[in-house]
Amino acid sequence: MAAPQRRIIFKHIDAPGYTNDIECYIKNGGYEDLKKSIKLEPTAIKDEVKKSQLRGRGGAGFSCGMKWGFIDAKKVTKPIYLICNADESEPGTFKDRQIIHKDPHQLIEGMIISCFANSVKLAYLYIRGEFPEGAKILERAIEEARAKNFIGKNILGTGYDLEIYVHRGAGAYICGEETGLIESLEGKRAYPRIKPPYFPAVLGLYMCPTIVNNVETLCNVKHVINMGGEAFSKIGTPNNTGTRVLCVSGDVNKPGYYEFECGSLTMGELINDVCGGIRNGGKLKAVIPGGSSAKVLRAGEKFKLKQKGPDGAMVEKEITLEDIPVDFDSFAAVGTMAGSGGVIVMDDTRDMVECLANISEFYAHESCGQCTPCREGSLWMKKITHRMAHGQARKEDTALLKNVADNIAGRTICAFGEACSWPVQSFIAKFRDEFEAKAKTSKNQEEVVEMH
Amino acid sequence: MSLTISPEFEKKIDDAIAHYPVSKRSASLPLLHLWQEQFGHISDEAVTWIADKLELQPINILELVTFYPMFRGQPFGKHHIRVCRTLSCALGGSYETHACLKKATGADGDDHGPITSPDGNYTIEFVECLASCGTAPVVMMNDDFYEGVDSAKAQELLKKYQ
Repeated sequence: MAAPQRRIIFKHIDAPGYTNDIECYIKNGGYEDLKKSIKLEPTAIKDEVKKSQLRGRGGAGFSCGMKWGFIDAKKVTKPIYLICNADESEPGTFKDRQIIHKDPHQLIEGMIISCFANSVKLAYLYIRGEFPEGAKILERAIEEARAKNFIGKNILGTGYDLEIYVHRGAGAYICGEETGLIESLEGKRAYPRIKPPYFPAVLGLYMCPTIVNNVETLCNVKHVINMGGEAFSKIGTPNNTGTRVLCVSGDVNKPGYYEFECGSLTMGELINDVCGGIRNGGKLKAVIPGGSSAKVLRAGEKFKLKQKGPDGAMVEKEITLEDIPVDFDSFAAVGTMAGSGGVIVMDDTRDMVECLANISEFYAHESCGQCTPCREGSLWMKKITHRMAHGQARKEDTALLKNVADNIAGRTICAFGEACSWPVQSFIAKFRDEFEAKAKTSKNQEEVVEMH
Repeated sequence: MSLTISPEFEKKIDDAIAHYPVSKRSASLPLLHLWQEQFGHISDEAVTWIADKLELQPINILELVTFYPMFRGQPFGKHHIRVCRTLSCALGGSYETHACLKKATGADGDDHGPITSPDGNYTIEFVECLASCGTAPVVMMNDDFYEGVDSAKAQELLKKYQ
């Protein structure tokens, strides 16, 4: 059986009687960590975060302490900005929505502590346009916090000033990419910036040093302060510290959000024990483990994973999809990623070509259009998968599709190029038979010129 | 058509601009949202008015209307229905929900753009991931959010929003 859930971030979410106003939050110990933080030196808070080994929850899993470490407030002459990335839009992910709607003050407190640690005086909360109610809740939460002097001038008599404003996006997925988000916040099209030189830590918002953190990451900062970096680093496994909010959707009996210590359960336990197995008595066919950009895993596939044996030596083990521990490093080791924690499960009635056609349509819609390989490539991947799924496959389509995907990744300004080609590459690699079978049943008998 | 901007609306606009002390241009998206909420869509006049207000060129605003999917240059029906199209919702039956809504309202046209019913009551739009994949399929009726919207629930929603 799977280990029990350990709810830290989602502790109060869906708890009976818990409301999203400040009084309820304070009654449950809220803003005590802020009061503790402001008695510390900002650098001491940053040290705790570094010690905690907290990794970003937005998708890339980058070390939060390292990200903050790029900016030295004592040396920087320009203002430093912090942006909370609440543009949750990676298909399969729905954790930030819960935090924003049901426990917004946890996020606000984490944000204030993070701003204080990094000497930030102006911060923005970039929330996706499709969360109009969430934006209102956050605006109200900020006003409530201001009334208690947690935000504004001279916070709790410390002489520290901070303003936080909510900024709404308008339906563009690319705003989740941090430099695209910054452009959008500057009032422009969300075209991601090229790195170097535009690393947010150096040339971010208004060309000033900027920290962009995910909602869940900022909430974690509050808990790092609460328990201390050292104690936080003991939760989970080394290098995969803290808990992980997993969002499970698709063909399972009990889809939903669950919070576990990193690495405390396997994919099989998550699907079968926690989520009640595959719905309608079906069989597991495939899992996308970390949002739709993550490479798909096939049931029955064998993976080689290096694990620490009981004697401390590394041993290589052959494992199945069900055996993969749910943490950052294990997913990377089996060739995919833990990403944003969005797990999409597909059963054996699903047509993999149709599933990929759906994903490819998403990416074609969301490509910002700045780089040619992505703008054109994502559109062609949509067109090809669409005709394959609708009985119009051509003989060469599988190879053509792979060829298009292979020529996008690595040739674009931002990681969207990878995000749209990884699903295509992995679906073909793992379900090639299904793709090739489409040509055999196709009604499209058009003669095609061979590609060279 | 001449524009009438009420003092209350102009105050909302000025309050939004005040959130961006470093650069007024940052207020472009908030102003577009406020405008669309007030007037229903972003007309050519709106583009010019917002550009003037922020001391920008009209193209700086127009390029946002054409880039961001949520802004629209044309009026929509009385109720805006957004149906999530992306994978988890599709696995949960959102295509059936979308088809049912189209049939019930008589809206017809290309599924990939907003389509309006002949009586002008509803504009139905297939949108990308609304971030509630665990309760698929999900639908937004104007700004209100609904989970697990199968065909039966979709019919109920149409009765509620008339």
